[in-house]
Parts: sequence; C-alpha cells; structure tokens
Amino acid sequence: MEKVTININGADYSAEVEPRLLLVHFIRENANLTGTHVGCDTTSCGACTILLDGKPVKSCTMFAVQANGKHLTTVEGLAQNGKLSPVQEGFHEKHGLQCGFCTPGMMLTSVAFLKKNPNPTEGEIRWAISGNLCRCTGYVNIVEAVKYAAEKMKESNQ
Amino acid sequence: MIPAQFEYAAPVSIPDALALLRSNPDAKILSGGQSLIPLIKFRLAQPALLVDINNIGGLDYIRAQDGWLKIGALVREADLEDSALVRRSYPLLYDTTLSVADPLVRNRATLAGNLAHADPANDHPATMLAYRAEVVATGVNISRVIPIDDFFRGLFATSLAPDELLTEVRVPMPKPRSGGAYLKMERKVGDFATAGVAVQLNLDAAGKIEQIGIGLTNVGLQALRAKRSEDALRGALPDAKGIERAARLAQEDCDPASDLRGSVEYKRNLVRVLTMRAIEKAIERAKGM
Ligand SMILES: Cc1cc2nc3c(=O)[nH]c(=O)nc-3n(C[C@H](O)[C@H](O)[C@H](O)COP(=O)(O)OP(=O)(O)OC[C@H]3O[C@@H](n4cnc5c(N)ncnc54)[C@H](O)[C@@H]3O)c2cc1C
Ligand code: FES
Ligand code: FES
Repeated sequence: MEKVTININGADYSAEVEPRLLLVHFIRENANLTGTHVGCDTTSCGACTILLDGKPVKSCTMFAVQANGKHLTTVEGLAQNGKLSPVQEGFHEKHGLQCGFCTPGMMLTSVAFLKKNPNPTEGEIRWAISGNLCRCTGYVNIVEAVKYAAEKMKESNQ
Repeated sequence: MIPAQFEYAAPVSIPDALALLRSNPDAKILSGGQSLIPLIKFRLAQPALLVDINNIGGLDYIRAQDGWLKIGALVREADLEDSALVRRSYPLLYDTTLSVADPLVRNRATLAGNLAHADPANDHPATMLAYRAEVVATGVNISRVIPIDDFFRGLFATSLAPDELLTEVRVPMPKPRSGGAYLKMERKVGDFATAGVAVQLNLDAAGKIEQIGIGLTNVGLQALRAKRSEDALRGALPDAKGIERAARLAQEDCDPASDLRGSVEYKRNLVRVLTMRAIEKAIERAKGM
C-alpha cells in the first residue's frame, strides 16, 4: 500500500491505496466525487477526463499513485460560489447535452482548450474535443456551447 | 477492469531507474502509460514492478544541437504539437504527432514510448525510418546510439535491453530544400492506421531527389522501410511516372494482414496511393510550395 495525497478542486484527499488503483477510482470512491465517469475499458471515450495540472487527460489511464502531490480539477470544481462557469453555462444555454454522461469530460476538455485558444474556429473546437465521445448529441450543440463560452469569456474579460 | 497487483516505484534519476530495472527481471518502464496501462488493465501485461519514469527531471527537452533535433524521453505528443521548431522545420514529425490517437492521449503519450512499444500500428516508427533517426539507449554504465534501422526487431520487439532506458530520439536536421509528409488512413479519430506512409526527402539545386526515406505503418510485423521505392527515386528528377513506379514497388514490398480494417489487397492498394501522395506532398514542401 502507498500513501497518496491528491489535491482535487483545491482540497487535499489522502488515502492508503494499492498501486493498481486507477486514478478515476480514487476520485470516485476515495474522494467520493462521482461527476467523473467511466465509459469504457479501452481508453477510448474520454468520459473520465480530468485536468491534471491544467491538462485534460484520461483518469482511467493513470494510476492514483502517479497523481500523488498533483493538482486535479474535476467537474465539481468548475462552478465557483454557486455560479456556473462560462463553459457550464454554455452547455446549459445551448442544450449541449442529452443524457449527460459525456458532459463532465467534454466540459473539462473545453475549459483547458479555451484557456489555450480563446478565439477558436469551429474546426479547432471539433479537433479539440475529438478525444471525447458523445453517443447522444451529434456534437452540434456541444460545439455551439463551446462557442458560447468563448464569447462569454471574451465579454467578461473586457 | 482491475489490473493484477504490482509494485510501484517512481525514481527521480536515471541511475535509480536503471538500478530498479536490474533489481527485478519482471520490471517494466511506465512512461505516458497510454499503451502499457490499457494492456495492464486487460492483464495482457502483468509486470511485477512498474518503474515510473515521469518524475525524472530534465528529460522533457526539444532542442536543435550538433545537426540533430534532440527529443528527450519525456516529451509528449502535445509538446511536439506545440513546438514552433517542430511545426516550422519538421513537417513530417508534425504531421505524425497530430495523427497519433486523440488530444487527451497526446497529453500523456511520449515519442520515446511510441518507439519503445514497437507496435507495427504505432505511427512514429515509420516516420523515424523515413528520417533515418537514431535513438539513445542508456544502460547502467554506458549509453549507446542505435540507428533506427537496427532498433525494431519484429512485433513489439526492439534492440533495447531490459535494463536500458530509451533516453533520447535524434532526428537529423533537414538539409536545404527538404520536405516530408505523413499520410495515414484511419477510420475515425484515435484509430490506428489502416495503413500509413512517411516520406522525407531533399532536392539538389537541379531539382533531383538527393536523399529519400520512406517508412510504412501497419503493413507488416514492424514498421517497414520501402527500400526499393527509395532506390528508384534517389538521384532522379521526380516526375509522375517515376513516383508511380516507386509507389508500385511499395505496394509489392509491404506485407499487410487481412483484418477488420481491410483485406490484404485493399491495404496494398492503399499503400500505393498513400506513397504516391506522400511523395508528391513532400516534394511540394521541399520546393516551399
Ligand atoms: C485510444 C488510443 C489510441 C491510440 N492511437 C494511436 C495511434 O493512432 N497511433 C499511435 O502511434 N499510437 C496510438 N496510441 C498509442 C499511444 O500513442 C501510446 O501512448 C504510445 O505508443 C506509447 O507511449 P507512452 O509514453 O504512453 O508509453 P507507455 O504506455 O508508458 O509504454 C509503452 C511501452 O514502451 C516502454 N517504454 C516507454 N517509455 C520507454 C523508455 N523511455 N525507454 C524504454 N522503454 C520505454 C514501456 O515499458 C512499455 O512497454 C493510442 C493509444 C490509445 C489509448
Ligand atoms: S473511461 Fe473511457 S477513456 Fe477513460
Ligand atoms: S450527452 Fe449522452 S453521451 Fe453525450
């Protein structure tokens, strides 16, 4: 067993874990943050996407021990003081989800992407979310949601 | 999927990592984990000890030095994509990194891991064959430089010893009038290649092809060099007929297997078409078009 401490959304979570514990299971079962989903066994779907030191990665394809001492953001960390972040607001306003299973991962990928590219084209948005699969929406409204968030963030920066 | 148990170590120096590898014959290096962890989850790999190299400092460099582009073992695909130097001067490498997996996987996956894994479906091996790259293998008291043609040894096999770390990949700096391109047929984002073709070449002042490298992805037990195609074009003034002939040689020389991505015949034909187009694109780029 290894002792790990992982900072998730600003709070430290410590536990004794086996090295084989996947990070996504630490997040869901040790930290009880169940917004991060598991959608496949093959590293294909991106439902488990979290931000690891600001970068979107698949938390089902890392071990919890590897995140010892690192800072993660999960979907629970996006809203601040009860106020939705621009990306969350975009998904709400533009109907960027149906069942919602892919949504946490989709939003975290979008948050990191808009930080890097605040003025994206539609093609760039589609490229950025190409590692996150959605079985419901057909992506059109997800792209609209990300565009909405980009506009919103521009406005609030002015 | 619950992996089998293993021990875990995260050394902070290369010597410590090498000592750990020596200490246990069933140890495995863990880098980006994007090939190894899926295998461990399915218990297709059951290492006794994972030596995580991610905490070793100073291995994430991309630098031009002594005629080489030197890429450290912990450089991720996303770092290559973000590198202005790669984008500007190494179009073949840039094309290749963009075609690997998806943006999330690319934030973790390393170039060194892509070569060390030696899956014939990995995209970088063919590209490194086309570049005539070298890799640096670091062992306990010695490090050695391995030309890429001596590196791949069949399916998932390389000439790395179990207690060696691939520490650096070296891509030759392009000569004037150089160009390259990677073309890959994939069924969807994140899929491995049905077939892929990497071409790197340079032209002399008269417009003849001086040197050319052609590598083929996923049409054999390992990445293949299309040697007869290269020989057919080296020294030649490229024209449509010559390119077509070189592409037909690649079609003959590749060795694909029939699977869910296509039949042998289809894949051979694909290799011909992609080879033709990749050569044309490389020439356009060499001419600065
Ligand atoms: C959904 C998905 C799609 C993918 N699609 C593609 C694709 O289209 N094209 C493609 O090329 N790849 C693809 N991959 C594979 C991905 O690019 C791999 O991550 C990469 O091939 C291996 O790099 P890594 O750093 O993750 O290595 P790891 O998974 O950590 O290791 C892979 C192997 O290499 C060894 N190794 C790693 N680093 C070193 C080193 N420095 N020295 C010695 N040995 C080492 C390990 O011991 C292990 O055996 C895909 C993966 C996924 C999950
Ligand atoms: S759960 Fe599907 S990629 Fe992680
Ligand atoms: S909303 Fe159902 S999977 Fe995306």
